[in-house]
Amino acid sequence: MFSSMCDGCLMRCLILAAVAMVACADEPVVAEWGLGRPISADEIKPWDIDVRPDGVGLPEGSGTAEAGEAIFQTKCASCHGEFGEGVGRFPPLVWDGTPLTADRPRKTVGNFWPYATTLWDYIYRAMPFGNAQSLTSDEVYALVAYVLAMNDLLDEDTVVDAKTLPKIEMPNREGFIRDTGPDIHASRCMQNCVQEVRIISRASQHRSVDSGE
Amino acid sequence: MRDDKDTKNSGDKLSRLVFDRRRFLGSGLLGGLAALAGGRRAEADGLSTSQLVVPPWSHRPGPGVATRAYGQPSPYEKSVIRRFLPWIRPTREASVSFTPLQDLHGIITPNGLFFERHHAGTPEIDPQQHRLVIHGMVEQPLVFRVDELMRFPSVSRIHFIECAGNGAMEQHGAMHNALQFTHGMLSCAEWTGVPLRYLLREAGIRKGARWLLAEGADAAGLARSFPIEKAMDDALIVYAQNGEPLRPEQGYPLRLLLPGWEGVANVKWLRRLEVGDRPWETREETATYTDLLPSGKARQFTFVQEAKSVITSPCPERPMPGRGRFMVEGLAWSGAGRIKAVDVSFDGGRNWRSARLKGLVLDKALTRFEIEWNWQGGQALLQSRAIDETGYVQPTLGQLRAVRGMNSMYHNNAIQTWLIHPSGEVENVQLDV
Ligand code: HEC
Repeated sequence: MFSSMCDGCLMRCLILAAVAMVACADEPVVAEWGLGRPISADEIKPWDIDVRPDGVGLPEGSGTAEAGEAIFQTKCASCHGEFGEGVGRFPPLVWDGTPLTADRPRKTVGNFWPYATTLWDYIYRAMPFGNAQSLTSDEVYALVAYVLAMNDLLDEDTVVDAKTLPKIEMPNREGFIRDTGPDIHASRCMQNCVQEVRIISRASQHRSVDSGE
Repeated sequence: MRDDKDTKNSGDKLSRLVFDRRRFLGSGLLGGLAALAGGRRAEADGLSTSQLVVPPWSHRPGPGVATRAYGQPSPYEKSVIRRFLPWIRPTREASVSFTPLQDLHGIITPNGLFFERHHAGTPEIDPQQHRLVIHGMVEQPLVFRVDELMRFPSVSRIHFIECAGNGAMEQHGAMHNALQFTHGMLSCAEWTGVPLRYLLREAGIRKGARWLLAEGADAAGLARSFPIEKAMDDALIVYAQNGEPLRPEQGYPLRLLLPGWEGVANVKWLRRLEVGDRPWETREETATYTDLLPSGKARQFTFVQEAKSVITSPCPERPMPGRGRFMVEGLAWSGAGRIKAVDVSFDGGRNWRSARLKGLVLDKALTRFEIEWNWQGGQALLQSRAIDETGYVQPTLGQLRAVRGMNSMYHNNAIQTWLIHPSGEVENVQLDV
């Protein structure tokens, strides 16, 4: 088994095949197996719940923060707090004003999320925790509007729908950098690599761990 | 080191374990060992007489076959378990449990000890009702039953999975005096499944396709975007783990495996793959699992778990058993390929020696290393440093903080330091380099 491990071998196979017309031992010749069943968009619909930043995937319907308040207080506030401040360890949905450059900043919808569409996508797929994928489109639009309004990103009576949601500019829209590979370049020193080392932190200074079993 | 009062009060099994070992260290046994400094033991061991006795199990047969239709570990290994920290997450359903790396051998994590990270608990999925849909920018959208996927040619590969958050709790300072909690969001298994490219070939990818969305059937509907290059390279749709059907905690009946990439991208309970031309920017790739830098900007799509290593023996849960010869052992891994070398330092990184890689050295898999040490009871600062086949060298914590600051949380692959006390106890510490 181990000798036949051949990760990333497609490229190698292609190269080998091109050069010497041999097949990679690891790779069975797979054309089409004719498995699976063709499925229509309508059949996929109940599972096709993703929403993209350009608005693709947003369903019909609409809502306002005003309409969202009552839904939020009955379906969300028990965990996220009356004002979205977060109860106990449940995540807050409202920014507390600390900048992202501060130590241990709060990363919330208001100051961190780059796209308002993600809020639609996430609330429908995962919330309320305990009864996910149960809200109507109008309810989700209203909740999105309410969470944005709690963060002062939207007026009470602005209508949010498939047209307007992708246009809402989030404050941290430009806050992300795509990874381009290793960012730290250490060297492999073997002898006399540092003069002196000092212990700056010890686990014994922390409370002892408490593990559930 | 925790003082005795602290240890007794915490009342958890792990600290009791450490405490028991310490009592053991404090007993005459260690004194005898120390006096001999590497020689053989003179005193009797824990048995009641020095003459060997014939125990009951040598007289009478034990339970017959299939007494336990599915086998269990020895009752004496009750402490080899996953553990979790109730205070780090809001609920047990959106939480994590840690693999007891301190108790394991070789490179394979037993299925019952594989770390867990769920966002809405472990669903109990009926495989007859489960489906995998492939749609979006494809010629023919398809839906597969699980048994249909098993008809494709299969491959088996050994790969680790590490949560991007492994070590996150250590970023602000040494936090846990336990390897299980500093590094235990890490496991390794032999995975069996279908290369994703076979399925994509079946559906036919349309021109302009660049990204895929993978989505789980759990109540978090966990969704992540990943580039098509990975889908066409080594991505697998997995249905078996270490020879048996995938465990529910690992995504039964189907999971995505993106070898070497952060755990969250290996979507469990996989129900849907959509092909598109750009990422979806889901919550788990924007609000979470992005690495905040000192500038206030966050790195996004940091998929690769870069080279990392840790010494597993000794470690806080496995103190030094006495003076003399000792085989220091540990694990190294890299999401970028094979481990090329591991160096070990006994003086906090001033000088390094190359360790031996033992057993299998596989692509994006846990790799064992070992190095002999003659411990004479002095204080020491043990570290290990992994180098992978791309030439990447595991950084020190100081080097990591210099670039990423204190709040990046995810992808902490810094060198771990264990302080060895003259008593043999091992403490998690951090250095200024
Ligand atoms: C029973 C508790 C509970 C209820 C009720 C609940 N949530 Fe949540 N919510 C959570 C938990 C837990 C998380 C974090 C889940 C995780 O870790 O993946 C969360 C996360 C969120 C987030 C993401 C926060 C962030 O910044 O990452 C949003 C937005 C959200 N919930 C909105 C809502 C809305 C809107 C409702 C009402 C429809 C709701 N929630 C109801 C428990 C709850």
